[in-house]
Amino acid sequence: MVAGSLAVTVALNGLTLAALYFIVASGFSLIFGLMRTVNMAHGSLYLIGAYAGYAVFEPLYDRDVWWAWYAGVGAGIAAAAVFGLAMQAALLGWMQGQELRQALVTIGVSIVAADQLLAVFGGNSRQFFPPDALFGATELPGAGRYPTFRLFQIAVAVAVGLGLWLLLNRTKLGLMVRAGVDDRPMLTALGINVPLVSLAVFALGAGLAGLGGVIGGSAQPFSQGVDVRFLLTSLVVVIVGGMGSIAGTAVGALLVGMAEQVGQALFPTYSVILTFVIMAAVLALRPQGILGRPA
Amino acid sequence: MSGGRPSPAALASVALLAALALLPLLIPPFWTANIFGRAFVYGIVAMSLTFLATYGGFVSLAQTMMGGVAGYVAAVLVPDSVPSLVGGVPYAAAIPVALLAATASGLLVGAVAVRTQGIYLLMITLALAVGFHLFAQANIAWFNGYEGIRNVVGPEVFGLPFRNTFVFYYAALGSAALLYALVLYVVRTPFGLVLQGIRDNPRRVSALGYDAALHRIAAFGLAGFIAGCGGLLVTFYNIGISPGSIGLGPTVNVLVMCVIGGLGHPIGAFVGALVFTLFDTFAADIYDRDRFNTLVGAVFLLIVLVSPDGVLGLAKRAVAPLRGRRRVGPAAGAAPNTGAPLAAEE
Repeated sequence: MVAGSLAVTVALNGLTLAALYFIVASGFSLIFGLMRTVNMAHGSLYLIGAYAGYAVFEPLYDRDVWWAWYAGVGAGIAAAAVFGLAMQAALLGWMQGQELRQALVTIGVSIVAADQLLAVFGGNSRQFFPPDALFGATELPGAGRYPTFRLFQIAVAVAVGLGLWLLLNRTKLGLMVRAGVDDRPMLTALGINVPLVSLAVFALGAGLAGLGGVIGGSAQPFSQGVDVRFLLTSLVVVIVGGMGSIAGTAVGALLVGMAEQVGQALFPTYSVILTFVIMAAVLALRPQGILGRPA
Repeated sequence: MSGGRPSPAALASVALLAALALLPLLIPPFWTANIFGRAFVYGIVAMSLTFLATYGGFVSLAQTMMGGVAGYVAAVLVPDSVPSLVGGVPYAAAIPVALLAATASGLLVGAVAVRTQGIYLLMITLALAVGFHLFAQANIAWFNGYEGIRNVVGPEVFGLPFRNTFVFYYAALGSAALLYALVLYVVRTPFGLVLQGIRDNPRRVSALGYDAALHRIAAFGLAGFIAGCGGLLVTFYNIGISPGSIGLGPTVNVLVMCVIGGLGHPIGAFVGALVFTLFDTFAADIYDRDRFNTLVGAVFLLIVLVSPDGVLGLAKRAVAPLRGRRRVGPAAGAAPNTGAPLAAEE
């Protein structure tokens, strides 16, 4: 009985972790899908979202305003989106097509961003306190009491996935994005302002990283260094799931999140290896990722 | 290539080596060990990447990891390290084992990434490198977790400790020169030419009957060996190894060195490592003591934006007008370059 409830808890932990990974990695995947830009600063965007959100959240929380957390979420998304927009507009847009150079530029940006965040916010770890409605624990059949916020995390991920699906499949912007993924020069020739679409997609992808930053920062404390963790996770998730595919990102996030939690439960200090065994196996059998299309 | 008179480049290399060998007589010990010695050992790690990128077209971010494998294997084996995990293996045996392990790690990375190219290869090697870092940090049994392994002092050379300024300097210089010569030699062998063929057109190389995948994996193995040599020297220089020294920061720093110096010739790795070390040491005087990374990041960005082929490219473009005038003159019958056999067949 105890073992059974432990298994359910591990599975739930894996699921909630996968939800967070999906939120962050879907932004990475979206940007890669349209622009072939490997955004090595995606972890920095996560951290920028978390810190900017915290800067707004903290004074409001001290004044005991009920919407403090929601304002933090908004600020985190906005800050990351604006930073991403600026990056695409100032640095990446004019070197479209030079993939390696773009990756190097984003590495440079991530070095500077991490150092400046350290200068401004210091090395202490911080954590958001979610509003009362999401705080505390919920009684779940089979698992006992489980943190409500983690369940909320799953709901957010599902909402993000549905939202992205609707955006890509039911709107004009989504149509343009999908066309751009397939044949960018043709889309340009049809008179679509592709640089503008790129800016919108970059802002959206960056905003998702910012959202992930606040959500992740509410579930667990965050500090300098988590940018590396979430860059790595985004990389592994999209490599496993398939680059530029939202459904693939979901599959990759589920696999990686589950593997991490199950690994930690079974063999704690070797759990990282499990993630990389999965990655190596996928690469060996399907280099384009589980749901990726051949390049 | 053909025997007879040595080329101007070879003469210049020997002259540079002689100058560097005499350098410690002229500069203070701090510069000998902490600027030049350090630039050589990090330059070796950087050169393993330059070798892959320049001649194979593989931009790998796993070179620090391969160096770290060598460093950790040596640290686990050698006597007097703290904590002693295996211990008692003399340096004469531990060093070859460490280099073998680094070569094996290179082959492994090459095999995992064998079907990927360009930006995908970059991502996969980065993921492997950071994964190894996180594993080393979490594992106590073999890596002593976050703390790492201290007091890896290096072998005694002629009764002198490895930490002696001059022993370290000449060991670093000698290793760097030998490995540099090795790379220049290998790229002229049939193996090296096939490698350059893979860089230019992998399908044609396969069509000619070469096993492109096997050549790629072998190139990664050689790069692993080179990175392992560098990683060992770095470990001796730092008197130990910890997960922090193989994390994302150091991994990216190697790429930064290569790009600052210029991906185009192995010497660029050492130029970049020297520039990087100078920045690292004197950033406090230039900008702000704690904001060294902002400075390095900004310089890196500037180089990528302005001159993607690094300092070497800048120098080449500065010299080009002079050289261009000379070439118009009598030296019209220039020798074909080494890449000609593959490029000429059209």
